[in-house]
Amino acid sequence: MNAEKKRPTVVLPDAELLCVQLAGLIRPRLRPETVLVGIHSGGVWVAQRLHALLGLGNEIGLIDVSFYRDDYGARGLHPRVQPSSIPFDVEDRTLVLVDDVLYTGRTTRAAINELFDYGRPAMIQLAVLADRGHRQLPICADFCPWRVDLDPSSELVLSQNDNGGLQWSLDEHA
Amino acid sequence: MRNPQLNANGALTHLLSIEGLPREVITHILDTASSFLKVSHREVKKVPLLRGKSVFNVFFENSTRTRTTFEIAAKRLSADVINLDVTRSSTAKGETLLDTVDNLVAMHADMFVVRHAASGAPHLIADHLRRLGREDVHVVNAGDGRHAHPTQGLLDMYTIRHYKQEFTNLVVAIVGDILHSRVARSDIHALTTLGAAEVRAVGPQTLLPTAIEKMGVRVCHDLRSAIRDCDVVIMLRLQNERMNGALLPSAREYFRCYGLTPAVLALARPDAIVMHPGPMNRGVEIDSDVADGPQAVILPQVTFGIAVRMAVMGILAGN
Amino acid sequence: MGEAALQIRNGRLVDPANGVDAPLDLFISGGRVAAIGQPPAGFTAQRVIDASGLIVCPGLVDLSARLGAIEPELAAAVAGGVTSLACPPDSKPPLDEPGLVERLVRRSATVGLARVHPIGALTEQLAGERLAEMNSLARAGCIAFSQAKRAIVDTQILLRAMQYAATFGYAVRLRPQDDFLARDGVAHDGEVASRLGLTGIPVVAESIATATALQLAAHTGVRLHLSRLSSAAAIDLVRAARDAGMRVSCDVAVHHLHLSEMDIGFFDSNARFDPPLRSASDRDALRSAVADGLAAICSDHTPVDADGKQLPFAEALPGATAVELLLPLTLLWATQSRLPLLQALARITSDAAAILGIAAGSLAVGEAADVCVFDPDESWRVTPESLRSQGKHTPYLGYELSGRVRLTLVGGKVVFEG
Repeated sequence: MNAEKKRPTVVLPDAELLCVQLAGLIRPRLRPETVLVGIHSGGVWVAQRLHALLGLGNEIGLIDVSFYRDDYGARGLHPRVQPSSIPFDVEDRTLVLVDDVLYTGRTTRAAINELFDYGRPAMIQLAVLADRGHRQLPICADFCPWRVDLDPSSELVLSQNDNGGLQWSLDEHA
Repeated sequence: MRNPQLNANGALTHLLSIEGLPREVITHILDTASSFLKVSHREVKKVPLLRGKSVFNVFFENSTRTRTTFEIAAKRLSADVINLDVTRSSTAKGETLLDTVDNLVAMHADMFVVRHAASGAPHLIADHLRRLGREDVHVVNAGDGRHAHPTQGLLDMYTIRHYKQEFTNLVVAIVGDILHSRVARSDIHALTTLGAAEVRAVGPQTLLPTAIEKMGVRVCHDLRSAIRDCDVVIMLRLQNERMNGALLPSAREYFRCYGLTPAVLALARPDAIVMHPGPMNRGVEIDSDVADGPQAVILPQVTFGIAVRMAVMGILAGN
Repeated sequence: MGEAALQIRNGRLVDPANGVDAPLDLFISGGRVAAIGQPPAGFTAQRVIDASGLIVCPGLVDLSARLGAIEPELAAAVAGGVTSLACPPDSKPPLDEPGLVERLVRRSATVGLARVHPIGALTEQLAGERLAEMNSLARAGCIAFSQAKRAIVDTQILLRAMQYAATFGYAVRLRPQDDFLARDGVAHDGEVASRLGLTGIPVVAESIATATALQLAAHTGVRLHLSRLSSAAAIDLVRAARDAGMRVSCDVAVHHLHLSEMDIGFFDSNARFDPPLRSASDRDALRSAVADGLAAICSDHTPVDADGKQLPFAEALPGATAVELLLPLTLLWATQSRLPLLQALARITSDAAAILGIAAGSLAVGEAADVCVFDPDESWRVTPESLRSQGKHTPYLGYELSGRVRLTLVGGKVVFEG
């Protein structure tokens, strides 16, 4: 048994506060035609916060990357696929792809692939609430208020509480 | 006996029939289909889910229409689609159904979409694959004899849910040649599983199977009383060869007794929808004024059919 | 026959023909039963067979068993305790010529296992059009005439066939089914066929043909046997005819005593039978008809190879291997119906022999020593390897059945020892 090794306790920041910080990072580089695209489901919540905080006029896009995941062969189709909804023309647009956690980079890859099936955007930027390291693809966030190195045995989860507030939790896997 | 459509983990590995499918599995397919529906509206109408997979359309009975919808669905999932017209090639040379399957498995098929004139042929193929230990190869029944046409049944359920949201309060009439109809059997299984309030099987005795009421339907011989207060009317195609002879005296008399006209449809609920699996015989089972009227949802059925078949293939290939 | 003198001792002798069910030794010499209980004077056994815990009964008589290849199927028969069997005429070619019958009789005698009693074709090629040479066929060895699974559609020809058979006192065996009503049918016309989309064969197809056969038999006075009844309705008609004093007999195939349309499951072609497996209430009527002696039991043994079964249900060949299952399935039915062994074994020995009009199914002193010795409690698993028949298909594949044959004698000669 070597599980006795004490890991440093991670202090989880206030997720709502991180949203405000993230909005602050994006604001200087915002262009009039910039639109947000949230990745289902945590990314959509963050995108909704950013949309309000930045006072954007355009509707946000939602994508579910289930049809583009590279682990479909091993894990099958996700049991609850949500329809993707991109209610604007992506051609020559600046898109800010929003997710809650950046980890291996595979979800981001799938999302970028999916966006290109809607057209050819002028630019895609990546905004995440947390970057927990351990990338497996050459992907990095353009906007990120919290960087933390987490062991692969733990899962950082963003959830919405009964009052609609966002909060972090850490699930440990054996 | 284990349901031959489910693997050892209870996941759907073949789609052979709607009979015995748990309600959650049906709902999952319909939910997934709604996600696929949007794909067809995009600039690039395909997703990479089945990239590198080979889907063989093996049609032992001609049906360009059904084959095409499966082909479109598989291509929108980025699969490689191979169409085999088996009616002309191998069976004519004395090759058995399972010989054909063995050959295609040797060509690394990942999925068979099978249409066959004999009820139970897809079950036979699925059973054969299980005995070969090839449960990684999936079978989709695209219509077997009079038995089942599960993807049509599912797309009919998708259509009904699209227009009516819930099933529990619905009264559904299925009208026509139920005896020879695999669509009717699949619709009946789906509707009873999803909890429709009442399913009415409507037609002359010659076109209704023995003991059909055991499938949970109410048998009606009078179209007018059967249509009254219906939310959904599903009209079945009357095959040409059945129109004149021992089953029915004539198409004219059939239309008079069982044809859906605006006057008959007026007896249904005002918001009732009219469905038909196609191709229609205008003036035989359905009046053109109904077929082209505001209550007909026959073309949306076709659109939904692609998404439903994408969902079925997407789910099966991942299990 | 100079067969060895045998003593089968310590067994329970069950001989329905003579109402015997007691622990009695059986003494055999010269191929015949020499004595029961005590040895005849001066008897010296060349072989003593210990049958402790076993049943000793007459060799079984099978009213209908098809022989694909003669040798393996007769080996299967004796392994199943069957010592006499009637072979229906629908072989290829059909038994409509004396030469074919003679050859079958000669070849089966050469093999020397179970005794084969050919049933001749009632009409040429079983086509139901021209009468077969019944007198010549009888001389060649046919003990009765039938159409096997084919019907005589033209009732006038059926009438003439019965009249001609009655002229010589030949029995006519018919599998009653109206061809028109059964057209394209592959399963019982009921709930399961409707659900699976299989073309049904309605019960009326059988009951109408049964009524027709009974009335023509009454009219012509022919000795009629109805084979493989599958429905309560047909049983009722036979019962009524018998109650009215008519000399008519019938049998039920052993699979039909146990299975119903439900056993088709998901298109299991092993459950494809002709006549079809019917409803549970039909099956129950068949069981009580056999219990009360109205009907005998046959195996309806039909070896079908994999090519004939690995097809969609409607295209698969009907029939199952059964001659080796006749005894265990009869025992199973008897146990379930709480019938004494004496009564149950009568249906596959003495009753069947009486229907065929052959000297078999009895262990009275002086009768041919056709004997089956079996362990009623030994269970065995039905697998392709456990069956000697070339037919490996039965709905009972994989099942455990009780009742295993240990020894079979034909004419006092050991033809099977397991």
